[in-house]
Amino acid sequence: MDTEILARIQFAFTIAFHYIYPPISIGLGVLLVIMEGMYIKTGKKIYENITKFWIKIFALVFAMGVATGIVMEFEFGTNWATYSRFVGDVFGSALAAEGVFAFFLESGFLAILVFGWNRVSTKMHFFSTIMVSFGAMLSAVWIVVANSWQQTPAGYHIVNNGGYLRAEITDFWSMVFNPSSVDRLLHTLSGAWLTGAFLVLSVSAFYLLKNRHVDFSKKSIKIALSLAVFASLFQLLTGHHSAQGISSTQPAKLAAFEGHYNTSPAPLYLFGWVNNNEQKVNFGVAIPGMLSYMIYGDFDKPVKGLNEFKPEDRPPVNLVFQSYHLMVVIGFTLIGLSLLSLLLLRKDALFKNKLFLKILVASVLLPQAANQLGWISAEVGRQPWIVYNLLRTKDALSKSVGSGEIVFSLILFTLIYALLFVLFIFLLDRKIKHGPDEEVEKDGVYSEQKVIFKNN
Amino acid sequence: MDLNIIWFILVGVLLTGYAILDGFDLGVGALHLLTKTDEERRISINSIGPVWDGNEVWLVTGGGALFAAFPDVYATVFSGFYIAFMLLLFVLIFRAVAIEFRSKQESKRWRAMWDIAFSVSSIVIALLMGVALGNIIRGIPIGVDKEFIGTFLGLLNPYSLLVGITTVALFTMHGAIYLVMKTEGELQNKVRTWVNNTIIFFVICFVTATMATLIYYPNMITHFKDNPSFFLVAIVTMLAIANIPREINNKREFRAFLSSASTIALLLVLFAIGIFPNIVLSNPILENSLTIYNAASSQKTLMIMLIMAIIGMPFVVAYTIIIHKIYKGKVKIDDTSY
Ligand code: HDD
Ligand code: HEM
Ligand code: HEM
Repeated sequence: MDTEILARIQFAFTIAFHYIYPPISIGLGVLLVIMEGMYIKTGKKIYENITKFWIKIFALVFAMGVATGIVMEFEFGTNWATYSRFVGDVFGSALAAEGVFAFFLESGFLAILVFGWNRVSTKMHFFSTIMVSFGAMLSAVWIVVANSWQQTPAGYHIVNNGGYLRAEITDFWSMVFNPSSVDRLLHTLSGAWLTGAFLVLSVSAFYLLKNRHVDFSKKSIKIALSLAVFASLFQLLTGHHSAQGISSTQPAKLAAFEGHYNTSPAPLYLFGWVNNNEQKVNFGVAIPGMLSYMIYGDFDKPVKGLNEFKPEDRPPVNLVFQSYHLMVVIGFTLIGLSLLSLLLLRKDALFKNKLFLKILVASVLLPQAANQLGWISAEVGRQPWIVYNLLRTKDALSKSVGSGEIVFSLILFTLIYALLFVLFIFLLDRKIKHGPDEEVEKDGVYSEQKVIFKNN
Repeated sequence: MDLNIIWFILVGVLLTGYAILDGFDLGVGALHLLTKTDEERRISINSIGPVWDGNEVWLVTGGGALFAAFPDVYATVFSGFYIAFMLLLFVLIFRAVAIEFRSKQESKRWRAMWDIAFSVSSIVIALLMGVALGNIIRGIPIGVDKEFIGTFLGLLNPYSLLVGITTVALFTMHGAIYLVMKTEGELQNKVRTWVNNTIIFFVICFVTATMATLIYYPNMITHFKDNPSFFLVAIVTMLAIANIPREINNKREFRAFLSSASTIALLLVLFAIGIFPNIVLSNPILENSLTIYNAASSQKTLMIMLIMAIIGMPFVVAYTIIIHKIYKGKVKIDDTSY
């Protein structure tokens, strides 16, 4: 196989694996702030148990995120050296900002969050929880900014740098606030909140089904559900806004999302299967004119079709069509699940409804899937460009790296990631089966301790 | 002093921070198998428990800063040392896994397996980093288009391996001193004897490596000839090394630790003076070397990043100090430990 395909497989594999964990860290981080906040406010032991239990899960996930994230940081240089030379001036500063502002913050306070219960005061611990959560979101900010820049470049010019071309920054803030970064950041963050919220819902529902940790689970569900309701609706809003943005910044991508070939008023497909040769969508069900309406507020306004672009400038249509539509279906499913849970909770029926609890147990996979599908839509939809309209993916490779070396590293990563994943699931399972510690029933043991920087 | 020099120094500061901080936890890993009982091994792992992850962030940020400030160096070295970097990533992950998972099961075999994984990966990481450093001192074959044109096996030359072993020795010594600080009682007495042995091991490696450098790579000393005051750095380095056994014998572990931290920093300063203004020397075609000028980002980017560094670095230093303060003192195993 040629190096381009291999390098792409490798990137897709490593980033997809990495992206299992950050959404949980970000989402659970927000919930931890709420949980510990409730503990501080009420002083109730149960919230301490809740917080401590989820911190254990958080620590495990976070460690996985770190281990797989380091790979990503190096991979630009190892596999995409030409790309690195082209974007380093612009992209590098976002990546460095991530390190300086976000990673130090997260990892520093993580040490207190996880190991500090007996060493610092309650307030200091709570402060650390906030900082870790904030740091996780901050790292999302910078990496999404960098990625958005390569989707919709802004604030740069192209310069000949001793024999090859590269992008150099002209305006830092227009690089940061490039046309897609705010939309995509909000959408990504909200997707992460959903991931955290549904993890908590799922595990708590599991305990309720087993009739274990009942009080713990009911309280956890209430906290997670409030986030889920908000984030699922916000997800629709930000996703819709992203799609509107794409119609002007990346029309080929939008056309591929909907399998839309000829410039004309466009329908919105609920599902379908694109036949690229015949340029049509088979087995599809569509609402006529709806895409035009959603973008321009006018059913009859034409939307640019794929035929406006040279065949070599089009992304693989059916893949992005499917991944995009699946994401949207999951989005609506999550809205439905969240609202239904809320309704059942109001009617006092949620904690007794076995079938619904079972659905909640399984629902943990939905946001995970949607996150992956979202990235596939966004990234594959950008093809054949690695930096939109400026650099093609095939021109971005490392010149000194051969396919044999990439195969070697792929094998290496497959091995270690398989090991990592098995251990992750094993430990997660064990922690969940073990459940929260509930031996001590007295309230506020921990809150009595007010010493800062207590050494032994 | 122009922006390019400032960034040469700042990237150096980040990597030095990394070497000092991760240096001791790699060293603890290298010595890990010398501890015998499960209790001792838990103390060994938990001595770095809350900090190792933060220490690694220095590497991540150093890499990010290198990417941003000198994209050509990042691109050439990372793609050129492809196999080496992949192995490095592999062992970095492996080590993280070992630390996380070791104490999660009671089984003896489970723990013994992860103990070995933890120790071996720590040693391999230090070795690979040293080998990379050795190759930078020697120079690597670079083409006119700034691309690496050598082979992986070419990177495994005797000189670079020597630098690699010296790095292992240095980190092991550093880690042993750290462990003395973190332990007490019988274990501490045992660790104390390791310190002396690791010092001897390090000094032998260091002297050999220095001689080899002077004989085979005299380009490293041109700046010292031109500007004799740089020689003071070399002298201070020697004093810092000599100070370590003195402090250890007087039971002033923290001062010994500062001495070995300074040793690491000074050695890197010597290295930086040696290669300046090249970052990656091209050998044999000298003109193709990547320097702080031809491999750098635009002045505008360097300026933006300088502003970020000025805003961000004080926080970073503050976190680092606070965390180490909170976890100061002897290791105590409790229910949050590994
Ligand atoms: C939306 C969020 C998001 C996205 C798109 C990415 N990451 Fe990530 N990353 C995180 C959110 C995150 C995080 C939540 O901040 C993590 C997970 C756990 C952690 O420690 O931090 C993290 C960890 C993490 C680490 C380890 C940091 C440490 O040692 O503490 C590195 C080096 C990277 N990432 C680098 C990358 C790169 C180069 C990416 C792109 C290709 C990337 N991440 C995508
Ligand atoms: C900035 C440098 C980046 C480069 C060079 C890059 C490049 C690529 C490439 C080449 C692919 C494969 C596309 C294909 O095979 O058609 C891909 C896919 C993907 N990328 Fe990016 N990308 C970058 C940033 C990101 C970021 C920041 C994320 C966030 C997590 C990300 C997430 C993904 C995902 C999830 C996929 C789809 C793979 C899958 O899920 O199976 N990428 N990227
Ligand atoms: C509710 C309906 C949804 C709509 C209309 C929607 C819309 C979109 C659009 C248009 C994009 C492409 C943005 C771009 O390429 O610039 C996108 C990307 C993405 N989506 Fe969704 N989405 C929805 C639901 C979800 C859900 C439920 C999740 C995860 C829980 C999710 C996660 C993502 C992610 C991670 C990306 C890639 C990052 C980005 O480009 O913003 N989406 N979404």
